[in-house]
Amino acid sequence: MSVTQEHALEFKNLSMVFPDGTHALDDVSLSIERGEFVTVVGPSGCGKSTLLRIASGLETHTGGECNVDRDSIGYVFQDATLFPWRTVRKNVELIAELHGVGSATMAPRVDESLELVGLKEHEVKYPRQLSGGMKMRASLARSLVLQPDVFLFDEPFGALDEISRERLNDELLSLFKTKNFAGLFITHSIAEAVFLSTRVLVMSARPGRIVADYEVPFGYPRSHEIRYDAAFAELSGKISNDLRGAHP
Amino acid sequence: MSTDTVEPKRFEGMGRFVGPVGVFVLFIGFWYFTHHVLMSGPKKPLVPVPHDVVSDSFLTWNIERGAGGSRTGGGLVKLLEGLFESVQVAALGLAIAIALGFALATLMSQAKWVQNALWPFLIALQAMPILAFVPLIGTVIGFNFKARVMVCIIIAIFPIVANTLFGLLSVDRGYHELMTLNGASRMTRLVKLQFPAAMPSIFTGLQISAGLSVVGAVVGDFFFRQGEPGLGRLINLYQNSTAYEQMYGAVVMSALLGIAVFVMFGWIGNRIVGSWHEKRSS
Repeated sequence: MSVTQEHALEFKNLSMVFPDGTHALDDVSLSIERGEFVTVVGPSGCGKSTLLRIASGLETHTGGECNVDRDSIGYVFQDATLFPWRTVRKNVELIAELHGVGSATMAPRVDESLELVGLKEHEVKYPRQLSGGMKMRASLARSLVLQPDVFLFDEPFGALDEISRERLNDELLSLFKTKNFAGLFITHSIAEAVFLSTRVLVMSARPGRIVADYEVPFGYPRSHEIRYDAAFAELSGKISNDLRGAHP
Repeated sequence: MSTDTVEPKRFEGMGRFVGPVGVFVLFIGFWYFTHHVLMSGPKKPLVPVPHDVVSDSFLTWNIERGAGGSRTGGGLVKLLEGLFESVQVAALGLAIAIALGFALATLMSQAKWVQNALWPFLIALQAMPILAFVPLIGTVIGFNFKARVMVCIIIAIFPIVANTLFGLLSVDRGYHELMTLNGASRMTRLVKLQFPAAMPSIFTGLQISAGLSVVGAVVGDFFFRQGEPGLGRLINLYQNSTAYEQMYGAVVMSALLGIAVFVMFGWIGNRIVGSWHEKRSS
């Protein structure tokens, strides 16, 4: 939080060419504020994940700018990446531990995170005893402990069944409303994108650039019934059309 | 769901014992068969019957040297003394092999070039027949306790290094990225991620090495004969004085030691990683 930033997360004319010559991203400009939830959809391999990896610092971009406070990022991976030898609670403590948060400060925050994702009564279980949805919840709770301003989600619910996915979407939205973070979410599911976001971006096939940008006209809180709303269907249809165009 | 899975499991539990017990009975049967049918006349004493082996070596406490014409003495007390000596050799050898093996594997996990530099020599150590080292060890270290420990280290170290290294290096990229994102140092990464993740693999290595250290202790006895006799020396001694019941007893005792060590490390491994590792817990 040392640098005063205009935006919670900002990409300016960002481009990325990997050492092997793969041109992953081309001239991507995007800024996200706290209280905004932006979702990127696009064909497989279009560089959506690379965008998150650059934001988090896992990759270094080759052109343009990326401005974000790296100490205040929560990153939720495709896999829950829970440590199998740690209980749910111990897993949630991990990131705080790595950042040297003392146990006195940590305990109430861990409790809060676990309660927010509804895993308080499962805190002594090991990951292998959890369902896929519960694993993802634990992974969310782990990122919540540091109370980040920016949350990056790399297709976190892709492996879940439809019902668990919708339930987690609901929960993620209520987290978003409570914590008011800036969210950047990657997914293949148009319904998920529209349901969660304030904005949906469509990315082209490689090299990835943003080819469409939609404001989502629904306020929060959102009930899961908006999925059957005509406006929801219309927007989904437009995004779907753009995606068809984006495929090579 | 529960009724479907419980029944086959119970059957499987029974089956787990029926198999080994059956094979054991067959083995003992074959032993008697060898004595009574395959061995004829003067050869019969070479394969004494199991109940004689048990009664002479395990149920008799002590046979004094010279008693009843025995040139070596025998009985359980001699076996226990030999066992104690061999356990000391195996335990010390294994402990050193573990410490050294851990250190090597950890070093090798930290840089590719260290791994490349050391790996060929570990393979060489592993591939070289231990007998080839015997004159060398004897000349340099002597033919004593230390030499026997050395044999244990040489034959027990490879599985520890190989399995520990494999465990340390096969952590999924996602976990490493999680550590990277949160600014973990090499040390933190090792302690919080790589070592715990390597535990199941480390215990597989330990279990193999523990068994090998017993082999080393018994085999070492045959070459390095100074000091207190271990189980290997006893086998050799009884063989030379044709005390075959005693010799078989010493062989059985060596086997029991190997099995005990193997089971013990398996049990410790289960205690430590069984609560979380999917493959280890049933």
